[in-house]
Amino acid sequence: MSAVTQPINPAKLVARQQLALQDADWLRWSLIAIAVSFISLFICLPLGLVIVKALSKGVEAYWAALSEPDTLAAIRLTLLTAAVTVPLNTVFGVAAAWAITRFEFKGKSLLTTLIDLPFSVSPVISGLIFVLLFGAEGWFGDWLIAHDVKIIFAASGIILATVFITFPFVARQLIPLMQEMGSQEEEAALSLGASGWKTFCAVTLPNIKWALLYGVLLCNARAMGEFGAVSVVSGHIRGLTNTLPLHVEVNYNEYNIVGAFAGASILAGLAVVTLVLKTVLEWQQANRKGDF
Amino acid sequence: MSRSSIMPGFRPTIGFTLIYLSLIVLIPLSTLVFQSFQLNWDDYVHIITNKRVLSSFRVSFSTALAAALIAGFFGFIVAWVLVRYSFFGKQFFHALIDFPFALPTAVAGIVLATIFQPSGFLGKLLIDTFGVQVAFKPLGIVMALIFISIPFVVRTVEPVLLEFETSMEEAASSLGATRWQVFSKVIFPNVLPALLTGFALAFARGVGEYGSVIFIAGNIPYVSEIVPLLIVTKLEQFDIEGATAIALTMLVISFVLLLLINLLQYWVRKRSGQL
Repeated sequence: MSAVTQPINPAKLVARQQLALQDADWLRWSLIAIAVSFISLFICLPLGLVIVKALSKGVEAYWAALSEPDTLAAIRLTLLTAAVTVPLNTVFGVAAAWAITRFEFKGKSLLTTLIDLPFSVSPVISGLIFVLLFGAEGWFGDWLIAHDVKIIFAASGIILATVFITFPFVARQLIPLMQEMGSQEEEAALSLGASGWKTFCAVTLPNIKWALLYGVLLCNARAMGEFGAVSVVSGHIRGLTNTLPLHVEVNYNEYNIVGAFAGASILAGLAVVTLVLKTVLEWQQANRKGDF
Repeated sequence: MSRSSIMPGFRPTIGFTLIYLSLIVLIPLSTLVFQSFQLNWDDYVHIITNKRVLSSFRVSFSTALAAALIAGFFGFIVAWVLVRYSFFGKQFFHALIDFPFALPTAVAGIVLATIFQPSGFLGKLLIDTFGVQVAFKPLGIVMALIFISIPFVVRTVEPVLLEFETSMEEAASSLGATRWQVFSKVIFPNVLPALLTGFALAFARGVGEYGSVIFIAGNIPYVSEIVPLLIVTKLEQFDIEGATAIALTMLVISFVLLLLINLLQYWVRKRSGQL
């Protein structure tokens, strides 16, 4: 009652509303301080430490660690793994996105869920299943031994496990985008007489290229950096089946700190490059949305 | 089958998708199920109820839960600050959020172990000032999992906060709500489903995480040994049956938890009128 009889000061009302819309200065600055120190502690500090530790015994020790034959072999195997994995999963991602977003069929949502499955499986289990299939005691173990084919403790096992781990990356970027785009543009091209392949190259591809590159980028980062799954199938044979992350582990466990962090610095560099490219691609995608 | 008959390429793309999915994911994963059929029930129970196995499950799930809760709390603050406020270097911090996604887990592992070990930069500081040892304890595992979890929370909450209509806040405040009421009754309920999703993703990832944890954990049986490590240990001892039984149990528990969290999310969405 008293609120009604009291004369209302409009300026006071506006000020009160402002208070309810904005956080007080002290709150704003303390939240910013919390956020910034949290990120600094958990992200900036680790990044800085890699560089400090890698160079702890000077630049020469760093270069020596990097040019060691085992390190070079690990880099080669990592590059080989990514070179096989990324194209395979990219082709799959595009095919799956095309089938799922351009057609209606039964079991579509189940298929989408199954594609995401590798994300919810622990990396160690992802490695284990290939040991169960191709290990010495595995299902195809006897056959593989009889034919002298090595998958577990060899590069092919590492590649297989990596393909499994990075399976959903490209498909996951493309499916929501192509769903949202709809198929009118492609239908127009087709009805004007373009072939299916031409329609894909001239209409679909330009529309999805940034999301596709984004998916490829994430897939590549994970393929080069995967540790758990690869460590189960690799057997840690120096110079033969060590990828760069495994090489880092071996060196660290042998207290070869410069060696471990020299390898780690390459992987951290890869992560930084990935982040920079990712930010650029996000800008491109945002600009592309602005075109409509 | 296909709605628009003009669209080409259904058969080859769906064919390739199904074959590739079966070869890479479904057949390999099903081996886990078939392999465990070779165990009889008593053997299975014997493996799983082993004290060391049970304590590894306790360590894995409790540390993942703690880390997801902490990351959920701080991740929300980080997302809020990045969306609502402007300050110097914001873009830089924004780009850094994804660093734990991009950084290979083994690198994260050795870096965190180096920082938090008793002679390390922060490890020494924490022992000297608070008498708290982080490395080789469950607390170390929590630290590693928080690192891994940050982007999951921030990246799921951020878009919801961005799209949140300030007109709703204006309406609430013009009706006389205080800032705290606006936050707790208008903003938070709308962000909660996304926060739960981020929490669930972080938790699921944390339970299975291996690379970033093993270096800082010290892997002391009954204290800081996680389930994935126990699977690897069993494999290295050529105890395939033990590894399979533990792996299958972990997979099933994770799926059930994810299902429960999805249901919870559905319920929250429904209650807040988003469905």
